Amino acid sequence: MSLIKNFSAASAALLGGCVLMSENIISLKNISVSFDGEVVLDKLNLDIKDGAFVTLLGPSGCGKTTTLRIIGGFQEPDSGDVFFGSERINDLPAHKRKLNTVFQRYALFPHLNVYENIAFGMRIQKKSESEIRAKVDEMLKLVSLEGFEKRRTSTLSGGQQQRVAIARALANDPRVLLLDEPLGALDLKLRQEMQVELKRIQSRLGITFVYVTHDQEEALSMSDTIVVMNHGVIQQIGSPIDIYNEPENGFVADFIGESNIVDGIMHADCDVEFCNTRFECVDTGFAKDEEVDVVIRPEDIVVVPKEESGLRGTVTSVTFKGVHYEMYVDVPGEEEEWIIQSTVAQEEGKEIGMTVDPENIHIMKKYTGDYASDIEFA
Amino acid sequence: MKKDSLIASPFMLWVLIFTIIPLGMVCWYAFTDASGAFTLANIETIGTYWVYLKDSLVMGAVATLLCLVLGYPVAYIMSRASWGAQQTMMMLLMLPQWMNFLLRTYSWMTILENNGLINTLLGKIGIGPFQMINTKGAIILGMVYNFLPYMILPIYSVMEKIHESLFEAARDLGANRYNTLLRVVMPLSLPGVITGITMVFVPSVSTFVISQMLGGGRNMLIGDVIERLFVGAAPNYNVGAALSLVLMVLILISMAIMKKFDDGEETGGLMM
Repeated sequence: MSLIKNFSAASAALLGGCVLMSENIISLKNISVSFDGEVVLDKLNLDIKDGAFVTLLGPSGCGKTTTLRIIGGFQEPDSGDVFFGSERINDLPAHKRKLNTVFQRYALFPHLNVYENIAFGMRIQKKSESEIRAKVDEMLKLVSLEGFEKRRTSTLSGGQQQRVAIARALANDPRVLLLDEPLGALDLKLRQEMQVELKRIQSRLGITFVYVTHDQEEALSMSDTIVVMNHGVIQQIGSPIDIYNEPENGFVADFIGESNIVDGIMHADCDVEFCNTRFECVDTGFAKDEEVDVVIRPEDIVVVPKEESGLRGTVTSVTFKGVHYEMYVDVPGEEEEWIIQSTVAQEEGKEIGMTVDPENIHIMKKYTGDYASDIEFA
Repeated sequence: MKKDSLIASPFMLWVLIFTIIPLGMVCWYAFTDASGAFTLANIETIGTYWVYLKDSLVMGAVATLLCLVLGYPVAYIMSRASWGAQQTMMMLLMLPQWMNFLLRTYSWMTILENNGLINTLLGKIGIGPFQMINTKGAIILGMVYNFLPYMILPIYSVMEKIHESLFEAARDLGANRYNTLLRVVMPLSLPGVITGITMVFVPSVSTFVISQMLGGGRNMLIGDVIERLFVGAAPNYNVGAALSLVLMVLILISMAIMKKFDDGEETGGLMM
């Protein structure tokens, strides 16, 4: 039995989940929600593939948690349909849905010990004691908490409580696990450990994870698919690499990692002008002389002697960040200073030249919102 | 350490004046006779008064149980209502308490009397009259009416602190309303229930005003006996003090049992 299980898990991993991920397990169609007249979700459409690790990413107030609560059955949409496989589940109450949630602040039952917290769902299903014991043991092993059965939850550390919350949710064999910023309260080191752990659990069980976070690094390192949201609207859906390298608009670019975003004019295909300098790029399909947002990642800027480039600026500050130096550069005519990341430090006050490879210049349609203030919200 | 005891000294003084000295006096009376010599005779008279003591305990327990049955749902509904509604309900609950206790009990007399409000109304449709005043039922009604808020408030204050996320977690794990109530709300509200039971049982067992006004002197409780021994026609402080002491010990024992029950739930891991 366990051999077969291991084999299927291994084959699923080998196939990269291709087979499993072919069907949508959850579909949201035209979901709208508003609270007190304020639109939280605006005609949202989202398909989640079976077996995928999907992350809803965005600043607070972007509607990601509301989306999760609609899937979980804790929030009714004003309009639109929620599908679980092919079944419409709008009217199915939360306790009858085949999915479980890991809550933001764990929500462990304080009157029950670790064992009984994990057994909670199975007790309601009136499973036999031996069945419950076997499942709790399996779950404790999965989250590396063997021997904690009798502990009261209040005596556990944040990370341990989180593990119990995950074990409790998984003990019901859900087809989908919803996670609402589960690592938000943990310190950096523990958070990184748990990211690896969660990813491991997900690929081992082969079930769908829908993960909500505002932490872009978390999203990039765990997800198969990232859904970037802002103001109740999906900005982009894609793999972490797509989202990072090919952000669809300035908001996504700025939210996913640090970016320099400047105004540019697209003169022709692969010909863009910004900072009064013409650059070669690889983007096509824009109207002639269309105003665009130009996004350049800090690590993609190459520092050269000032004579070698038309794009120049003065270094205003240099900060050591461990792997690299982060430098702010004042570029004449630009409102915001540019950020450069490089393993070589420059002197403060020095005038430098900068070049960017064509494939590292990302051109995107002008974002109408104010992404700087949107992000500060987060 | 020295500083701590200095800060505590006003409290210690308060305890001395209002708890230790009076309790000492009760003990002194209870274990001495009229001449001031030590005796156990006062305590032994409890046999004579056992019937009143038993009645008090039984009626107090019934009143407490009724308060729990009536108060628990109210506390639950209150704790889950919106903030504004909670404030309104709290106000309605407290409003009668601002009227004098005696006055409230008197009004029950006029309602329950043989030619009182209920019997008059029933008479109009040709039913009754029923004997309601001067019965044990009337006394229990008086206890429930007067002490119900002391059951509701502690349960409400514990329930109100149960975070909404625990309700969601229970639903998420497949619990319907009934299961959530049974497996989450009830165990978590237990400390409030224990406090509520204490706060209703103690005054119910020792009351004498309610039994005199609604029981008409025919249903004497231990409180009435003690009152008569202190202020009646033939006062006997020594026996009165002894009965008070016995009552106090009995209440302490029942509270200890309740507390034990509470602690057992706290540490007992496996529920059900």
